[in-house]
Amino acid sequence: MGFISRGFRGKRRDTASSSRLPPGQYVVTDYPVLSAGPTPRIPLSEWTFVLEGEIDQPKKWTWEEFRKLPTEQVTKDIHCVTKWSKFDTVWTGVSIDTILDGVETAAEYTVQFSYGGYTTNLIPHLYFWKSAKWIRGIRLVNEDQPGFWEVNGYNNYGDPWREQRYWGD
Amino acid sequence: MTVQQSDLKLDGNAIGGLLREIFTMEMTAAIGTCAHCGTLHAVGEVEVYMNAPGVVVRCPSCGEVQMKVVRGHGKYWLDLSGVRCLEFSAG
Repeated sequence: MGFISRGFRGKRRDTASSSRLPPGQYVVTDYPVLSAGPTPRIPLSEWTFVLEGEIDQPKKWTWEEFRKLPTEQVTKDIHCVTKWSKFDTVWTGVSIDTILDGVETAAEYTVQFSYGGYTTNLIPHLYFWKSAKWIRGIRLVNEDQPGFWEVNGYNNYGDPWREQRYWGD
Repeated sequence: MTVQQSDLKLDGNAIGGLLREIFTMEMTAAIGTCAHCGTLHAVGEVEVYMNAPGVVVRCPSCGEVQMKVVRGHGKYWLDLSGVRCLEFSAG
């Protein structure tokens, strides 16, 4: 078993805020916006989501097709590596379990890639830079491929509970 | 929620202090050659995104990433792979 684990549910934690806050973090009530570049302007008619790489038949969805997939709503605490945390953020979307449904692959790693060129590895419930904005696909790969920040000082895994911010943490 | 890009994007003078820490000299007048499109721009002219886990510098001509700077644990991680050549006067 490699890095691919189904679902984003993670470990249950005590609801008391002190135990919900990873070490070195502080709670915010607003919503900080971080961006490594301009917001890509992709017409919905050109938008696609792909699953590619180590897979016999790559999968591709148009916006209309993607919107027909089953969705679910999750409420999660998010932890930014720049030290802010925000509790109880609500997200609606397509589960990774749905994306990978029926897929046979020997790949042990994934790379998520975005409009705008951002990449990161796909690991659930870790620092928030692992959640790419403007995502346009997931690539299944045999070797670990560090992404946009992971090649430049940031930790390849990034567990907020172990404060894995930078290389060597 | 509305976020204006102008709130997030700065020009290269915003990283003048940071680059002075790294190169120990004034760098905003340095001329960089973009590794992606070959265009020359003074460091002071580049597009800078600082509301991010690190500083991201983009070419004002093609928009590709020229430079990334991450600071942490008393270290710098400096990625200049998007700058083919950086010309600056000897201190």
